[in-house]
Amino acid sequence: MNKAVITVVGKDTVGIIARICTYLANNRVNIEDISQTIVQDYFNMMMIVDVSQSNKPFEDIVNELAQIGEEIGVKIRCQREEIFTKMHRI
Amino acid sequence: MINFLEVNETNNMIEHEKLDVRTITMGISLLDCCDPDLDVLNEKIYNKITSYAKDLVSVGNEIGLEYGIPIVNKRISVTPIALVGSAACKTPDDFVTIAKTLDRAAKEVKVNFIGGFSALVSKGMSPAEELLMRAIPKALSVTDRVCSSVNVGSTKTGINMDAVKLMGEMIKETAELTKDNDSLGCAKLVVFCNAPDDNPFMAGAFHGVTEADAIINVGVSGPGVVKTALESVRGENFEVLCETIKKTAFKVTRVGQLVAQEALKRLGIPFGIVDLSLAPTPAVGDSVAEILEEIGLESVGAPGTTAALALLNDQVKKGGVMASSYVGGLSGAFIPVSEDQGMIDAVNRNALTLEKLEAMTCVCSVGLDMIAIPGDTTAATLSGIIADEAAIGMVNQKTTAVRLIPVVGKDIGDTVEFGGLLGYAPVMPVNRYSCEAFVNRGGRIPAPIHSFKN
Repeated sequence: MNKAVITVVGKDTVGIIARICTYLANNRVNIEDISQTIVQDYFNMMMIVDVSQSNKPFEDIVNELAQIGEEIGVKIRCQREEIFTKMHRI
Repeated sequence: MINFLEVNETNNMIEHEKLDVRTITMGISLLDCCDPDLDVLNEKIYNKITSYAKDLVSVGNEIGLEYGIPIVNKRISVTPIALVGSAACKTPDDFVTIAKTLDRAAKEVKVNFIGGFSALVSKGMSPAEELLMRAIPKALSVTDRVCSSVNVGSTKTGINMDAVKLMGEMIKETAELTKDNDSLGCAKLVVFCNAPDDNPFMAGAFHGVTEADAIINVGVSGPGVVKTALESVRGENFEVLCETIKKTAFKVTRVGQLVAQEALKRLGIPFGIVDLSLAPTPAVGDSVAEILEEIGLESVGAPGTTAALALLNDQVKKGGVMASSYVGGLSGAFIPVSEDQGMIDAVNRNALTLEKLEAMTCVCSVGLDMIAIPGDTTAATLSGIIADEAAIGMVNQKTTAVRLIPVVGKDIGDTVEFGGLLGYAPVMPVNRYSCEAFVNRGGRIPAPIHSFKN
């Protein structure tokens, strides 16, 4: 399994998705699904991505996305998908 | 495909409701280290632990990062040292050298606790086992990370009252030797009845002789998650209440199962069990007492507490067993006083007494846990309390335990700081009437009858 879930939460600003997608493209991470809402000025996004083509260790992707989040003032988490599927699917 | 709401639910549990994996505990058998030469024995023990567990902490951290779930503790349990050291140790001080070796190995692989400085004496004590028990006070005072446990009874064998008497004395001595640290040594010492072989939680973890060479046991936690889930069903009937606890326990346990699977894959060590326990911490919102209060009690300790706890404990198990193929360890709600802010508050408002806690231990996992009592409590009284708890375990076919801290120099009304996950505790009153003549009789209490149940 090489799928991961990326969640982004924070104050809405220009270019959040662009910044994240550029990073993912540069690291050959494929986006399979993306959904996004804005609740009271708060940006809320979830992506399901496939990291199987990426050469980067998963740990580095997690840390670098968190770092980008800090730079643009949002919280970015990248977690392996199983924690959600195991919890919510029997 | 997983949806927005589900992802948010999981991440809220982690971020706001303190869902975590409380411990990954690697059980390591030391039986093949046995040697009549003490120095050789110590070297073999050190080498085996540090080679098996060298990647435990880094793998734990890696899994935590990849799944975004905190894995709070990485720990080791070993074969009861009374067995491992029986050929080599001729004095209590010989056993203390093994404790120091365990401590050194734990520090080398960076685990925060190592359990197994233990003896299983539910029916009788061998000379080596008695030496180990007499070594406990010194062992706990000269080491930082070693935890000790002694099993003094079981449903099948009855209660070894000689061991109970000795352990009362050893707890007193441990308190005395660690008095500069608020008798902290006693927080690392548990006296059991029906001790499980595969418990991943400290201080009572040891690697039983029925276990494989090495195994991974995982302890999950999540009192905050259960408490939050119950907030949404206030006023509903018991059926709805129980369903909610079960569903939540299922979700929490699945995380433990996932972490266990990943850990064993990466460490190349077989899976033991997931321990489905609700283990509180002193942090606000991570409390078993708060769950009981959410169920409908003004304060934990009020009439109804035992029933509410029985219900909670049972539903946690019912939800949890489906989430994991192998469930074991202690599996149930923990009710330590110093590690649970809600319990501490209840003691401070005089709603919760030692006697009520004893009643609560009849229906939940473990027993009288992390309770500070006056430093002038006698060894015989400690033995009496241990005997009472062991009797509850023996008759009800469940694990019970005692981890009491008779804090030297402190009395009722004082507060004791243990620090970190061990928390702080108000000193609680103990019944002052003597049980000396009872404890001094010697011998054992026979095993209970297994029929005519009433």
